[in-house]
Amino acid sequence: MGLTLFEKLWSEHVVEAYDDGTDLVYIDRIFLHERTGSIALASLEAQGRTVFCPEQVFCSMDHIVDTYPDRTDETTMPSGKEFILATRRHSHAAGITLFDLNDPRQGIVHVVSPEQGIVQPGVSLVCPDSHTCTQGAMGALAWGIGSSEAEHALVTKTLRVLRPKTMRVRFDGRLAPGVTAKDMILHLISTHGANGARGCAVEFTGQAVAELDMEGRMTLCNMAVEFSAFTGLIAPDEKTIAFLRGRPYAPAGALWQQAADYWRTLRSSPDARYDRELVIDCASLEPQVTWGTSPQHAVGISACVPAADGLDAATAESQRQACAYIGLAPGQALAGLPIDAAFIGSCTNSRISDLRQAAAVLRGRQVAKGLRAICVPGSMQVKAQAEAEGLDQIFTAAGFEWRASGCSMCFFAGGEHFGYRERVISTTNRNFESRQGPETRTHLASPVTVAASAVRGCITDPRELLQP
Amino acid sequence: MMDKFTRHEGVAAVLLRSNVDTDAIIPSREMKRVSKEGLGEGLFAGWRYLAGAGRQKNPGFVLNQDGYQGASILLSGPNFGCGSSREHAVWALKEFGFRAVIAPGFGAIFASNCVRNGILPLVLAAGQVAKIAEWVAADPARNRVVIDLPAQQVEAAGQVYSFDIEPGARQMLVEGLDSVALTQTRWDLIQAFHERRRLSRPWLY
Repeated sequence: MGLTLFEKLWSEHVVEAYDDGTDLVYIDRIFLHERTGSIALASLEAQGRTVFCPEQVFCSMDHIVDTYPDRTDETTMPSGKEFILATRRHSHAAGITLFDLNDPRQGIVHVVSPEQGIVQPGVSLVCPDSHTCTQGAMGALAWGIGSSEAEHALVTKTLRVLRPKTMRVRFDGRLAPGVTAKDMILHLISTHGANGARGCAVEFTGQAVAELDMEGRMTLCNMAVEFSAFTGLIAPDEKTIAFLRGRPYAPAGALWQQAADYWRTLRSSPDARYDRELVIDCASLEPQVTWGTSPQHAVGISACVPAADGLDAATAESQRQACAYIGLAPGQALAGLPIDAAFIGSCTNSRISDLRQAAAVLRGRQVAKGLRAICVPGSMQVKAQAEAEGLDQIFTAAGFEWRASGCSMCFFAGGEHFGYRERVISTTNRNFESRQGPETRTHLASPVTVAASAVRGCITDPRELLQP
Repeated sequence: MMDKFTRHEGVAAVLLRSNVDTDAIIPSREMKRVSKEGLGEGLFAGWRYLAGAGRQKNPGFVLNQDGYQGASILLSGPNFGCGSSREHAVWALKEFGFRAVIAPGFGAIFASNCVRNGILPLVLAAGQVAKIAEWVAADPARNRVVIDLPAQQVEAAGQVYSFDIEPGARQMLVEGLDSVALTQTRWDLIQAFHERRRLSRPWLY
């Protein structure tokens, strides 16, 4: 019996296997950011420990930095500067590569890493950030860890990890216009629960995945962690290889062919067995939007807040709490619900294809009166590319703020935020309580749905505004 | 060296919600310093304090209620600690005085962070957690929960519940091991692997 892609990637990196189901796994590359990486580097220094292989360690400033065009080390987040300065100092001392505030390569870790070609098929890559699973879209073994594990990986270039089980999610059929990777992953999580892939590495396959561009695949893998997966991954194909060609850290010359030949072997064997398999039909999928406080609270945009009928007591109680928080009642329709703000950005949906899709809706239109709308490109390179294409003009003409790159208002760190109990439609990945501001009510959706909703001032099916 | 976890008896706090995420355990706005310390005050800040009222306690939240003072064990719902990888969630629980969380399941990164900080993420079935919670709530100060990690047993509600834990994690907790130092004993193997990989995948180096 052949191996799954995940099993191939995993066994490629096992230094030593233990009989309790854990393995000592070799880590090719490590990414840090100023929020959690600063603590890991400071802790190492305090213990007198050093980074084993600093040329394989990268760091970006993304979590705390402001996204105003004229930003400096000063931040709207109280004490944010301390994180920035500590990260800069420790990064230089450790000899790792830092994409600093004014570096044209700066941006969100999970946007920068593929953009620079740092993540490649077949590598193992960790970062003290839960959305590291995004990078599994490149056919890599990439997963999020804590700060202590980051220290361990920095010093030993390994982690001891319980070997996950395997799951395959096959997305059959073809997406309808206006339906995106974001809708695929929200639908998967709502169908099988935020706990649905607990303990599993999830490989995404099927026609709808094959037809996604690389950035759509990153969106899909990004939210694997919201599905409780150890990570998400997609087998590399010719799109993956074409995406990597010519990127700064991609192989060049004779090594390119050697690498590409290896990458083409990274696919699950036809007779490989998975511990679990799920199938999702994409042909009938409509744009998704969340109604509650967990990514599993997603429904088709024409649906209503679900009733608690038939749920067990604990789930019904959680649903009641979610309704109370979000200010909605079971049976209430999502479409037409007035919103106060719209946000396009984050490691889920801030890449050039996301901005192009949103701009296609916004072209020649204005956001609703009184609505606050913000677009934060995922990296300075995405920003530059968007500006070269004139997308910034479309966003600003429509009434969107056009920002420098960073995680921005995906989360509220004490600085900039959405208002008390404001209703926000957002391309981010978490609709948790107070995630984007004090008691802010977040509705997760795709960039096209957010753009359409911004124009109408209420939650809107983007297909109503898309050209036929 | 981490605190060792062998046998622990303590007051259990009941927070039976599903999907308690690490943003709820420690909101990002409470992570004010480049430090693992000073986080206990921010634990569950969004629920523990009244909105817009500084640090005025919310009397409806379990950790502010009589009987639950000094709680060192938390009983919660499935998928506890999901979401952000922030280890601050564990540092905040630890500083507040928690030594164990009992739930039907945990976010994977959170569970790993717990083990590396001397906190036990203990999995019991939802029905068992509910039963213990009901018993605790009847008289939380008196109905204390006992956890015996080497024996992998919980004593509560007049019963003994067995639980599973990965042997490596149990050893780390019971012996209070430093995982980096433990792995450094395998240094020769790691070095050899590293050198082999430089040859087999040269484009990465």
